Amino acid sequence: MWDFIWNDFLVTGEPIIYGAMASIVLATVGIVFVLTYFKLWKWLWDEYLTTVDHKKIGIMYIIAALAMLFRGGVDALMMRTQLALPNMNFLNSVHYNEIFTTHGTVMILFMAMPFIIGLMNVAVPLQIGARDVAFPFLNAFSFWTFFFGAMLFNISFVIGGSPSAGWTSYVPMAGPELSPEINQNYYLLGLQLSGIGTLATGINFLVTILRMRAPGMTLMKMPIFTWSALITSIIIIFAFPILTIALALMTLDRIFGTHFFTLAGEGMPMMWANLFWLWGHPEVYIVILPAFGVFSEVISTFARKQLFGYKAMVYAMCVIAGLSFIVWVHHFFTMGAGAGVNSLFSITTMLIAVPTGIKIFNWLGTMYKGRIRFNVPMLWALAFIPNFTIGGVTGVMLGMASADYQYHNTYFLIAHFHYVLIAGTLFGMFAGLTYWYPKMFGHKMNEKLGKISFWFTVIGFNITFLPQFFLGLMGMPRRTYTIEPEWMPLNLLSTAGAFVLAAGFVIFTFNIYYSARYEPREKTGDAWDGRSLEWATTTPVPHYNFATVPYVNSHEAYWDMKETGATTYDESKLEPIHMPSYKGLPIIMSAIMFIASFGLVWHWFWLAIPGLLGVIICMVIRSFDFDEGYHVPIEEIKRTEEQARGRKE
Amino acid sequence: MKNLVSWFKRLFMVPGLFALLLVASGCSGITVLDPKGPVARTQQELIIFSITLMSVIVIVVFVLFFYMIIRFRERPNWTDKDYDPHQHGNTTLEIIWTVIPFIIVAALSVPTVTSLYALEKPPEETNDQEPLVIHADTSNWKWYFSYPEQNIETVNYLHIPENRPVEFKLASADSMTALWIPALGGQKYNMAGMQNTLYLQADEEGEFAGRNANYNGSGFAEHTFTVTSESEEEFNQWVSDVQNNAPEMTKDRFDEYLEPGLAQEAEYSSTHLEYVDFGMNSGRSYITDLYSGNLGEQLHLEGGEGGPWEEE
Repeated sequence: MWDFIWNDFLVTGEPIIYGAMASIVLATVGIVFVLTYFKLWKWLWDEYLTTVDHKKIGIMYIIAALAMLFRGGVDALMMRTQLALPNMNFLNSVHYNEIFTTHGTVMILFMAMPFIIGLMNVAVPLQIGARDVAFPFLNAFSFWTFFFGAMLFNISFVIGGSPSAGWTSYVPMAGPELSPEINQNYYLLGLQLSGIGTLATGINFLVTILRMRAPGMTLMKMPIFTWSALITSIIIIFAFPILTIALALMTLDRIFGTHFFTLAGEGMPMMWANLFWLWGHPEVYIVILPAFGVFSEVISTFARKQLFGYKAMVYAMCVIAGLSFIVWVHHFFTMGAGAGVNSLFSITTMLIAVPTGIKIFNWLGTMYKGRIRFNVPMLWALAFIPNFTIGGVTGVMLGMASADYQYHNTYFLIAHFHYVLIAGTLFGMFAGLTYWYPKMFGHKMNEKLGKISFWFTVIGFNITFLPQFFLGLMGMPRRTYTIEPEWMPLNLLSTAGAFVLAAGFVIFTFNIYYSARYEPREKTGDAWDGRSLEWATTTPVPHYNFATVPYVNSHEAYWDMKETGATTYDESKLEPIHMPSYKGLPIIMSAIMFIASFGLVWHWFWLAIPGLLGVIICMVIRSFDFDEGYHVPIEEIKRTEEQARGRKE
Repeated sequence: MKNLVSWFKRLFMVPGLFALLLVASGCSGITVLDPKGPVARTQQELIIFSITLMSVIVIVVFVLFFYMIIRFRERPNWTDKDYDPHQHGNTTLEIIWTVIPFIIVAALSVPTVTSLYALEKPPEETNDQEPLVIHADTSNWKWYFSYPEQNIETVNYLHIPENRPVEFKLASADSMTALWIPALGGQKYNMAGMQNTLYLQADEEGEFAGRNANYNGSGFAEHTFTVTSESEEEFNQWVSDVQNNAPEMTKDRFDEYLEPGLAQEAEYSSTHLEYVDFGMNSGRSYITDLYSGNLGEQLHLEGGEGGPWEEE
């Protein structure tokens, strides 16, 4: 028993892992102590763990995303340290492989995804004048399945060992024959669990946006970020089931001995690559389109101008979403599908440059004849344009299949997708977070620290990834744990850049703490002279969002309201507001799913089967839950609004 | 107007110069841009063409970007004569920046598609010669190069004659891998149970680095080989040396190779193709039948050294 725990269950023999274990234990003890000492357990349970309020769920998503950004970032720094010099002996090949696998998986699925979903949660209901999302219970459930999925994936590095087959997990390498250890199961079940939440989020936001908009707000009068959330939701609904199926089939292969993707027994390893990228390519648009939405909002607000070519922006996003499903083969042009197939997918891939180009020029057009303020959210949005352009044009180069034979799986590719994912998604999320921060927390993030962290990040990012284009052309493949002497100077430069980039992130995080303590509190609800409805309500936002929902005439609803002097507090129209009750079931049910998945990871059916039954019992309990929520009385609305609007006394 | 034209001319010259500079100076260190054979040259030309075209786009965006943020920034003596908050679009402009990208995509598609079809065949220049057929098979983490016509096999190194097309038959015993010799041309996957064909050719004598470019586990970094390109005579000399002096690749010997691990360079006077063809569906269970249970073995390589085999 002890032998099993020491040798198989826990990961032993690595000093770095011991350090990680110690820090996990210390952090847990610290959190438990603080919660107990300040008697915060009940507060935590009542206010956050059971919440169905989209604003709080959004905040929890973003906290989780920042924590995962830290984890993935530490992975990245360890990789860059190992690659700084030839013959480095910081990580051995096995450990290195685990780290790049977790880096990729964590950054895409547990950092980028919750970050965009968090911002969607915070902003979308407010932008469309809704009181909450369409299915608040499901929304809480989405968060908790994501959270427990991420936890399941993350505990692998101390319990059982991290997966090491890359975030793409290509079979047969990741299959039962070549990776018989349980590590890979963490990948399968962690993604499966969080994928359930993502799919539910997609459905939730589709319905929310289609059914719960303010009166007068037709589709073409929606704020552009809401448009991006709508299109993202649709992509999620079509793409995530593919991942669910692919993961399920590989789970069957690995745990129940089927032969869908296996080496022997007539499995089809190529099918995995196809299914993975049939999901994987739309996935990168899932994480980029909301960032595009944020940039549109931010650039328009800080250039003090209407968005240039609103309709073109919407159509461009629709076209991108459509194209995202017909380009997946470009991830494996080198599979030998033949000239005809590769030609087709080269052209569809390059065509994405057309709608993306339209968007870039429309953002530039938005600034034309504007009056640009350089606040921190705007700085992130501005840095996006030139950096993302470099990512975009190198994407077109990669899309030319015959040239791709030389770029494929090299650092050229690594540089390209970091230029689109960091300059696109991450800058977008930082822009969105600093932009909506006053709405979420009642104070801005400090501008000075924000600017310092911005410059560290942007400069560090370019020093890190620009040299990697050249490394790729020099023949350096991705996922190698060691470098050749002739690749040394550029790698050293890249590593130095990574530490500058990391400093930028540390300052960003410190700024959260600093701003909470020292930044002046927001008095109005309109921190940036905003244009859409989220700025129309007060800060802090009352839990019912809007006392009265205004009639919307354009995609800049609040701009119009400011011109006519309308508010979201029209005493003559007050009615009791119907709100959903907080529920403990989502977190309990997700925790049980976590236990069941953990059992499955270890092939412990004695744990997995009761866990599955527990999930079914939770579903039964939920179906007999006839709680219809409650109504906020008019007196309470009046009291809240008058206090927030400073009219009382 | 004349000013504008000369401005545009200069705009197009910058990337051209940049590309020229790359070709002329930097390329000697940048393998992909310093091709040693017709396939790599086709790809290098395409890459340079695309870099040139893309640089134009990057410069246009950068110029407009800096113009906007400098010209329309909020500054102390700001006046609102240039401020137009209600401007919501411009159909002509939007059509222009939709059509131009289409033209650029078309301009890139033509050479892409032509070269894609060209790369499926042996290089044009030497189509009077029969390609040399080499089966390149992999297992974790080794390369086996079988020359069926010469009936010889090498492990982890490759000899080819210069100025003659080589037809690689790619397959894998286990993980998916990719044969990549950057100086000679782009890669293609080796997969279990099916065969891919890749044509490459060297125009000059020399030693080139080759590797597996597709991640296949803990020995991936050392899954490399060297390519020696030599004259026809030298190549034939080498072939007959191997035929006469090297031991035979017995089934037992080959089965030992298939156990996961690294191997030193070696040569044999027969090929493993007599026992198994990994390019056929029937070859897929060969390795699992032999080593079921051991295939998950991990190699803890450290510090860029070649791992345990160096001590042998």
